[in-house]
Amino acid sequence: MNNFDYVRACDVAEAVKMKAATPHAKFIAGGTNLIDLMKYHVEQPRRLIDISRLPLTAVEETSAGGVRIGALVPNSTLAYHSLIESRYPLLASAILAGASAQLRNMASTGGNLLQRTRCAYFYDVATPCNKRTPGAGCSATGGLNRNHAILGASADCIATHPSDMCVALAALNATVQVTGAQGERAIPFADFHRLPGDRPDLDNTLRADEIILAVVLPPQGFAANHSYLKLRDRLSYAFALVSVAAALELDGGRIGEARLALGGVAHKPWRNEAAENALRGQAPGHEAFGRAADILLKDAKHVAHNAFKVPLARRAIIRTLTQAASGTPQIQSIKTIR
Amino acid sequence: MTAHIGTATSRVDGRAKVTGAAKYAAEFTAPDLAFGVVVSATIPKGRIVSIDAGRACAVEGVIDVLTHANRIRMADKDEAYRDEVAPEDGAPYRPLYDDRVHFNFQPVALVVAEDEDTARFAATLVDIRYHTEEFATDLHARREQAFKVDKPVKPRGDATKALSGASVRHDADYGVPIEYHNPMELYGSTVLWREGGKLVVYDKTQGVQNVQRYVCGVFELKEGDVQVMSPFVGGAFGSGLRPQYQVVLAAMAALKLKRAVRVVLSRAQMYGLCYRPATIERLALGAREDGTLAALTHEAIAMTSQHEAFSRNDIGWGEVLYASANSRATHRLAKLDVPTPGDMRAPGAASGVYGLECAMDELAVALKMDPLALRLRCYSDRDQDKDLPFSSKRLKECYQQGADAFGWSKRSPKPRSMRDGRELVGWGMASGAWEAMQMPFATRIVMTANGHVEVASATSDIGTGTYTIMAQVAAEMLGVPLDSITVKLGDSTLPKAPVEGGSWTAASISHAIVNAADDIRAELLKIAFTMQDSPLQGLSAEEVTLADGAVMAIADRSRSVPMADIMRHGGMDRIEKERGSEFENDDQHAHNTHSAIFAEVKVDEELGVIRVTRIVSAVAAGRILNTKTAASQIMGGVVMGVGMALHEEATIDHRFGRIMNANVAEYHMPVNADIHDIRVIFVDEEDRIINKMGIKGVGEIGIVGVPAAIANAVYHATGKRVRDLPITLDKLLG
Repeated sequence: MNNFDYVRACDVAEAVKMKAATPHAKFIAGGTNLIDLMKYHVEQPRRLIDISRLPLTAVEETSAGGVRIGALVPNSTLAYHSLIESRYPLLASAILAGASAQLRNMASTGGNLLQRTRCAYFYDVATPCNKRTPGAGCSATGGLNRNHAILGASADCIATHPSDMCVALAALNATVQVTGAQGERAIPFADFHRLPGDRPDLDNTLRADEIILAVVLPPQGFAANHSYLKLRDRLSYAFALVSVAAALELDGGRIGEARLALGGVAHKPWRNEAAENALRGQAPGHEAFGRAADILLKDAKHVAHNAFKVPLARRAIIRTLTQAASGTPQIQSIKTIR
Repeated sequence: MTAHIGTATSRVDGRAKVTGAAKYAAEFTAPDLAFGVVVSATIPKGRIVSIDAGRACAVEGVIDVLTHANRIRMADKDEAYRDEVAPEDGAPYRPLYDDRVHFNFQPVALVVAEDEDTARFAATLVDIRYHTEEFATDLHARREQAFKVDKPVKPRGDATKALSGASVRHDADYGVPIEYHNPMELYGSTVLWREGGKLVVYDKTQGVQNVQRYVCGVFELKEGDVQVMSPFVGGAFGSGLRPQYQVVLAAMAALKLKRAVRVVLSRAQMYGLCYRPATIERLALGAREDGTLAALTHEAIAMTSQHEAFSRNDIGWGEVLYASANSRATHRLAKLDVPTPGDMRAPGAASGVYGLECAMDELAVALKMDPLALRLRCYSDRDQDKDLPFSSKRLKECYQQGADAFGWSKRSPKPRSMRDGRELVGWGMASGAWEAMQMPFATRIVMTANGHVEVASATSDIGTGTYTIMAQVAAEMLGVPLDSITVKLGDSTLPKAPVEGGSWTAASISHAIVNAADDIRAELLKIAFTMQDSPLQGLSAEEVTLADGAVMAIADRSRSVPMADIMRHGGMDRIEKERGSEFENDDQHAHNTHSAIFAEVKVDEELGVIRVTRIVSAVAAGRILNTKTAASQIMGGVVMGVGMALHEEATIDHRFGRIMNANVAEYHMPVNADIHDIRVIFVDEEDRIINKMGIKGVGEIGIVGVPAAIANAVYHATGKRVRDLPITLDKLLG
């Protein structure tokens, strides 16, 4: 770990000002990922700006009928919040599929969006990594890549985004509210994280001087028909090999609105409009679900060790959609898959 | 009289451990304590070209940066570095000795500072340049270069011929990856420097006297100059048998700087030390139609380092478990540019029996026999290799009681024939075996006139419950309450003990205590019988017992004299006796513990998700001293076996010769969600031959056979045979 300064911001405006004044500074809230990365010398900020006491801890209904989640709401608070449990159970479930109770107590909503990949080469500064050092080369492409991306990867980076919560937020069409030197803006969730392309060092579209204020959920929560299924190398406390968030609106035996987002397969929570369109108007069932899975995975490419993710993702999509359609969502504390 | 031996006694050190009163190696301190942080090599093989510590030394608070170039004098003969657990063949690694890099994560510098954070920061500033040489870290790529190790297992008959003539054959490779102990406590040493260059060392170790001799050897110190202590150990599983490099670095810094130094490794650095070697277990079995084994061959190919030939008995377990007219077993080692592997819970057996017991399961399938029936058909009352009977072998009772508790008779033989809702259900079983070893241990017991008893030995308690069983045995033998006993261990100045390993400690230390207690009893009786007006007058030694703090007549407990009165009468403040374990050498029997493991798995076949829902482990291990701590040992072994079966694997990127999951987030071990119902059964096993008390030891047997039972259950559930561990979901797809 490097030596660093520590300052505490009293309000959002001060936080933005502090960040603009020190480009190498990092915001710290729960610190559940940043501290790890600092211990591994992956992140070496010269200054930490503590934002953990900013007044961004509210979970409140919006005038539009949605819910606004303050950036500093802890993951555990959010998962067990009555508004979320009752109206957005998909989000609650995805949060509880991630990490451990202790980490969820510390981790913040905004910080969850900013988690960095768990690619082993990114973490080990003794090996080349384009995400850590642009131009150094990607060790994962020709190395140990069982956990890596099958969709949207580039020649420079095949890392995946590790969050569970973000997969649900993507499916729910959330919006990320941010503010910075140039004022506030709202970023649609799909545009918040980015694909690696030739700039894998950039995980998202947040500008250097910006801070996340809140995540806003639209009114539709899919409380009746949803499910989050996470597949991993042990039954808890492991990152997803593949995870699926499914949310359906069922209307007289037909699918209305349909949402499908995948974790563990790409540099960002993965959605595919065509796959979701293919579900709309169909009768829920294996055939329609399989078709949607095939569309979503049409361009899937595997590297040496992750070929299994393609059939696994297909099966997981079908199973999760089945759970959602039948109103029997996966329950994270029960390890039998429904 | 209270019986102590054989009861479910809670740990006598439990309160100290959960309240934080128990101090571990890295918790001892001194006013002049400095902190060392290790800089690890980032290449697997080569030479250090240069070390620039300028920037590190410039950091305020940095005291020194130790490297091979500025180290103090160290012994130059291999013998000095060869601790009591070191392989006989080879040259032990010498920390910070020269510019050679032998393995990745090897220590190349120690940054010492006034506080830990400064040392950790400065360690990132040490600039090291290497010249990398060609290296190899892949066992499978070096399989053909593996050389044969001499093992005591002799070929019997003509296995090749018998195999080719057998009516049913099975032949396959089973793979075990590199596995790490991952004890909760990190390796750490706190070394206090005393005037005149004497050292007091607090170390995380399974053998204080082993470390004491080693440190004396490496730094050419006199025996009396070094005291090593390790009162509590936060898990070890074999990783603390050999002195680890942090104790050398801490001692070196203390000697050089003439002050106290503490060195604690990071979790990642612990992956640069000992581990269970990756092995290929090649099994070939030939049987007659009735299941009788005609031939059993086992070839183990294991990895070792370039500098030491580490090997354990992967092979030979078939000789202990099954009768076969012909057998052959060979062990080969492939040298790789890695640290030397080491002992990890049931070293050799955990890996070898995995291969053997999966092969037996596959043979049962080929024979269309029940796997348990095949084991019984091949049951051997003699150790085939040694051609000796066992001192005891109640394995048949393990099979019986385990099968009954599990409900094995309700098993549907056909794979894929059992279901629970959507999940496939699989039932598998395996046998287990381990050696019942015993070693020379010494113990000193001091009884004081106030009724207090101190029992002391240089052995360790690595979390297994040694403190507790030592107190239990002493309490029972001396007839005093458990809470009047203080156990001292983990101090090199105490009576002699070898490393705490091999499951030999319980039997060995118990006998030393019994012998010392016998001497104390004799001393008490000598006085008691001569006391005027003694109610014990006229009785012989056989007619009295020590109980409730008194010497009393067995036939009439009202005839008794308090021990305190006896000592007062004899004018004694204390009685002190030291004795050894004093085992007779029995070369007429084989000595083993045995087990039968039954496993249930439930598999979501479509998604490859496996849940181990039930395990029954029936163990025959002689007399059980403490049914609570012993059952905990078996349960812990089962959990570790679940990890071996489904989760654990250190992955090396062979282009870098570097482990890429050197942390407990990505090196998966079972978590609570992975562990369900575990039932431990101790089969009554009275062994009048092995030693006076009939004790065998239970530290290792719990893991042996568990991975095979689970792998066999996965086959039974799915019809898919996965032979390379761990059985992850991707291996079940497709």
